[in-house]
Amino acid sequence: MTLQHIERPIGISGHDGGNGFGSEALRLAGRTSARILSRYGVLLGFLALWQVAASSGWVNAAVLPPIDAIVAALWKGLAGGGLLGDIAISLQRAGLAFAAAVIVAIPLGLIMGQVRAVETALDPILQLFRQTSALALYPVFILLLGLGEASKVFVIFWATLFPLLLNTISGVKEVDPKLLEMARVYGARRLTIFRRVVLPGAVPSIFVGLRLGATTALLLLIASEMIGANKGIGFQVMNAQYNFQIPLMFAAIVILAALGLIANQALVGLQRRLCRWSSTVG
Amino acid sequence: MASARGGEVTIRDLSKSFSLGGRQLAVLRSLNLDIRSGECLVIVGASGSGKTTLLRILAGLERADGGAVAIDGREIEGVGEERAVIFQEPRLLPWLTVLGNVAFGLEVRGVPKADAEKRARFYIALVGLAEFGDAYPRQLSGGMAQRVGIARALTVQPEILLLDEPLGALDAMTKISMQEELARIWNEENVTMVVVTHDLEEAIYLADRVLILPKEKGGAARLIEIDLPRPRDRSESRFVRYREELLREFGLH
Repeated sequence: MTLQHIERPIGISGHDGGNGFGSEALRLAGRTSARILSRYGVLLGFLALWQVAASSGWVNAAVLPPIDAIVAALWKGLAGGGLLGDIAISLQRAGLAFAAAVIVAIPLGLIMGQVRAVETALDPILQLFRQTSALALYPVFILLLGLGEASKVFVIFWATLFPLLLNTISGVKEVDPKLLEMARVYGARRLTIFRRVVLPGAVPSIFVGLRLGATTALLLLIASEMIGANKGIGFQVMNAQYNFQIPLMFAAIVILAALGLIANQALVGLQRRLCRWSSTVG
Repeated sequence: MASARGGEVTIRDLSKSFSLGGRQLAVLRSLNLDIRSGECLVIVGASGSGKTTLLRILAGLERADGGAVAIDGREIEGVGEERAVIFQEPRLLPWLTVLGNVAFGLEVRGVPKADAEKRARFYIALVGLAEFGDAYPRQLSGGMAQRVGIARALTVQPEILLLDEPLGALDAMTKISMQEELARIWNEENVTMVVVTHDLEEAIYLADRVLILPKEKGGAARLIEIDLPRPRDRSESRFVRYREELLREFGLH
C-alpha cells in the first residue's frame, strides 16, 4: 500500500511533462500534505478544537485541561520517572496474563479444533465461562487469590483466554477440507497434515485472536488496577482523578492508548512477516 | 515401454450407492472395466451418473459398496503412491510458493526438500511456469494455478493420473490450450490417465477410449474407441463424426 502511494504521483508526473522541476516538486509536496490531511485531518482538528476550547475558557480547564498541560504532565511523569514504575508494573501484569493465555489457549484451541470429542466435552463449560463477565468474577478471584498480583493477573488471563481460544478453534475448523483431502491423496498422515496444512491455515485466525486478546488484556488491566491497587497506569488514572490532578489523569490515559496502539502494531507487524502469502493483513 | 511401467487398472463388479433423503440412490451398478497400462481413458456421463464417484473410488478417497479395484493385480486399499489426483480446483496451499506447492507431494512422502525441489523445478518448467517458482498462488491466474496443480501431481511420478474435471473451471480459450498441454504431457510422461469430463470435445481430443456411464437404471456402460491420429484435429471430419456419435449416446442428436 505504501509503495503504491509513493509510486502514483511520480507515475502521473512523468507523462504530463513540460512543467519545470520546481512546480513538479511543489505539486508533489502538495499531494503529500493533502494525503496527510485526508488521513489525520479530523484527528488534528479534534486536538486543535480541544486546545482552543480549553485555553480560551469555553470549557472548564480544570476538567478538560489544554493539550499542552497534558503533554507537560506526561513529560514530567516520563522524564521525571514518576510514571515509569506504573508502566512497568502494568506491563508486567498484562504481559504475564497475555503470555499465560497464549500458552494455554493456542494449544488447547488446536486440540479442540482437531479432536471432536474434546471439543464436545469442553464446549458447554467454556460457553458458560465465556458468557460470564470477567469483571463479575473479579470479586470471586479476589476472594480466592487475595487482593495482590495473583488475582489481577488471573482476571486478565481469564478474559484474554476466550477470544484467543475461540479464534484458534475456528481457525483450525475453517481450514479448507479440500486442502486436507489433497494432502491425504499424497499420502500425508494425520500429524503431517496438521503440521503442513492445518497449522499454517489457522495462523491468520489465530492472529485475529491475538489482537482481540491484546485489546482485552489492556481493558481488564485497567479495570483490575482501579480496584485495590496502589501502583499501575489504571491506578494512576483513578488516583489522579481523586486528587484532582487532571492533567496527570489524562497523561495516564494517553499512555494507555499508546500501549494499545503499540501492541496492535507489533502484532500486525508480526502477522505481516508470518503471512506474506496473504493479501488480507490489515 | 508403456506396458513396462504398469498402471493397469482392473475394475470388477463395482457398485456404490448413496442414501439421499432416506432413499438409496445407486450411482454405480456392478461396473466392469479394464484400463490398459498407459492409455488415456475419458469418462463421460450425465450429472449423477457416478463419474466423479468412480474416479474418487479409484483415487482411494471413497470406498465402494461392493466389487473390487486392482492396480497391476493388487487390490487397492485407500490412497496409494502409484496414483495422483488432479482436482477441478487447483487446491494449492496459499502459504507456499509455486515451488513449495509442487514439491509438497514429494516432501509429504519423505523425499528430502532439496531433492523434492529439484524435481519440482523440472515439472514447473514442463508446464511452462519456470519463471513463476517464487510466486504465491494468489498471484496466479486460474489457468496458471491449475498448471501448478498438474505439476504437483506429475512430480510424484505416478503410474496413474486421475483427473476430475481438471479444466472444468477454466474459460474456453484457456481450456483449449490446456487440453493440448494435457495431451502433450500424457504423451511425454507415459502415464495411465483417467479423466472425468462433461466436455465431449475434450473427451475425443484426449481419449484412447471414452467410457459413457448410463444414467438410468438398467442402462449399460459403453466404451467407444477413438481411432484418430495424434495430435488430434478438432475440425477433421472423423473428429466431428465421433462427436455426433457421443451426442447420440446422450440422446441429444
